[in-house]
Amino acid sequence: MSTTDEPRTDPYAASSRETTEGRVYTVTGGDWDEMIDQTAGDERIVINMGPQHPSTHGVLRLVLELSGETVTDARLVIGYLHTGIEKNCEYRTWTQGVTFVTRMDYLAPLFNETAYCLSTERLLGIEVPQRAETIRVLLMEINRIGSHLVALATGGMELGALTGMTNGFREREEVLHLLEFLTGLRMNHAFIRPGGVVQDLPTGHEERIRAFIKVMRERLPGFHKLLTGNRIWRQRLEGVGYLPLDGCLALGVTGPILRSAGLAWDLRQVDPYLGYEHYDFEVPTDTAADSFARYLLRVEEMSESLKIIEQALDRLEPGPVMVEDAKIAWPARLSIGADGMGNSLEHVRKIMGQSMESLIHHFKLVTEGFKVPPGQAYVPIESPRGEMGAHLVSDGGTRPLRVHFRDPSFVNLQAAPAMSEGGMVSDVIAALASLDPVMGGCDR
Amino acid sequence: MSGETGDGAERSSTQGDEKPKITPETPGTGVGGASGPTGASNASSAGAVAFGPQELRRPDVTGAVAGRAREGMFGIGGSGDTSGFGGLRLPAYAPAPSERPFGGWFDEVVDETTAALADDGGADFATCVQQVTVDRGEMTWYVDREHLVRLARTLRDDPALRFEFCSGVSGVDYGEGVPQQLHVVTHLLSMTYRRRLRLEVALEVTDAHCPSLVEVFPTADWHERETWDMFGIVFDGHPSLTRILMPDDWNGHPQRKSYPLGGIPVEYHDAEIPPPDQRRAYT
Repeated sequence: MSTTDEPRTDPYAASSRETTEGRVYTVTGGDWDEMIDQTAGDERIVINMGPQHPSTHGVLRLVLELSGETVTDARLVIGYLHTGIEKNCEYRTWTQGVTFVTRMDYLAPLFNETAYCLSTERLLGIEVPQRAETIRVLLMEINRIGSHLVALATGGMELGALTGMTNGFREREEVLHLLEFLTGLRMNHAFIRPGGVVQDLPTGHEERIRAFIKVMRERLPGFHKLLTGNRIWRQRLEGVGYLPLDGCLALGVTGPILRSAGLAWDLRQVDPYLGYEHYDFEVPTDTAADSFARYLLRVEEMSESLKIIEQALDRLEPGPVMVEDAKIAWPARLSIGADGMGNSLEHVRKIMGQSMESLIHHFKLVTEGFKVPPGQAYVPIESPRGEMGAHLVSDGGTRPLRVHFRDPSFVNLQAAPAMSEGGMVSDVIAALASLDPVMGGCDR
Repeated sequence: MSGETGDGAERSSTQGDEKPKITPETPGTGVGGASGPTGASNASSAGAVAFGPQELRRPDVTGAVAGRAREGMFGIGGSGDTSGFGGLRLPAYAPAPSERPFGGWFDEVVDETTAALADDGGADFATCVQQVTVDRGEMTWYVDREHLVRLARTLRDDPALRFEFCSGVSGVDYGEGVPQQLHVVTHLLSMTYRRRLRLEVALEVTDAHCPSLVEVFPTADWHERETWDMFGIVFDGHPSLTRILMPDDWNGHPQRKSYPLGGIPVEYHDAEIPPPDQRRAYT
């Protein structure tokens, strides 16, 4: 139903219809003032933003009650990306679970895998070899840089800083290229497995990683040049999305948001796992507790990650990358040769033709999976967004009884109303961007 | 859906039962919890109940049952098993109560909580916490739901405990037939002392009510909504317990073991691959 008398020609103009709750407008673009004129001075508007909206950081729906341009009430609606990964894991073996959980927080797949594997390993009561530990740290820190770059890029895009977006995604492409070289895939790697990692790093990894560090060292300061001193950037972010420490603790917020409120809480340092206690790095903090502080922390954390990557490279000693336990590790070690193909013919011949027991073991491990002693474990790690915990329950079988991920996006999003109520609509966007939610992880 | 392919026989034995381990000839009796609604405290008395040829619960273990009993080895039942493996039985797992000393800071937390609970004159530690289990370096308290909120408040506020951070609340469904099959699991974190503690409340599926922790830990809001959505556990006292991940008009609670995974058989190289929940599981 049209609200104006003359025939409508503007395809982006607002349309409206009467409902039992009042008149509902659909706005897909066009002139906001025209829209406001139509509401005939009604100051209180309820806006439905999302779930498909370029500024909501994914399929997140915001229900904003506005008085003029001030947000008086904000409610978040999630679940649009619920995929049932946790349920699906209950019908797959423990190893197959990795391929599912890696798709949860799709910007931090290696963190999902690590949390899941650490939890599985605690249930199994095994320790992974030193080299596998170091490879995990190495991959996670590369991944952290990529994730923070997306946070900056999409955050910049949502605030209109398009060069921030293009630069951020350009840098992230370096990360993805490197991860593709190291693990075979850009995302959803399924590289980290219970017991270690699936295969050793390819030849030439050290040069590639060192080159990556060099490139990033050159380019990361560019963000300071581009954004940190930018007046518009500062005005959009400073004092926006304020959440002090007590609010963070009450709402369970972790990660850069908690650290921007002044608490140096980084699980890599306060509760080290995978040998993080041997790495020398800082946990940057701030006390401003606003969006700008979180932006600064993310940039600084990327530099710290580069330091960790360098140290991890130095710590890489030759050795196995999978536990020796034949009940967990596959006898036929899968690897990709220089030609990009799978195992060498000799290797396959040996496994299939000469080693009957290896063949049986491999077959049993792939089809049945290994058994995990009954019990439960909760292992938290520091993902780019905060505490990512994997709560796994086993009943002694070859499949998990329950897989639950405490995803930081899910928890941190709860703080969005506290950050944005009382502010302007445009500040909601900035506050959300500083939360950096990933809906795949939030909805799982 | 079944019967068209060569492995139809083994799949038909698991039809309609998402945990295919229970032998079809004794439906319902193979599970450790078939003794009915026995609580955590009197679980040991289930030893008197006859299940069949063999006792399926470890008689020496009391406390919350967390698992199901198993029979057989290869996921096949009802066939002419001559190997003897099909008769293997494994009792349901129940985490054993831990004895003092628990080791590390665990004793201190129990002592401090005991003292703090005694100070304010309510139920004592033994009433609030039915069982203490230390497993794999993690401490779990099986909590009586009547005292959950008070216990959580004490853990949060007492200066010697300071579990000021709630990592999350979620549910676990141990499957049909297990006594008190629904568990509400809360992970607490003390940032001050860098300790983690798990509170677990076991619930009957017919009385799936748990007090809400939102008034103590506001972060539990969405966690409890998710647990309600996924498991159908009602958190009494929650400000607005609505669905959060599933659509508002959804029927059922997907993470219950009785809720099917769904999925359809897939044709692959002239064979029909059954959906994941109907494939053979080896446990």
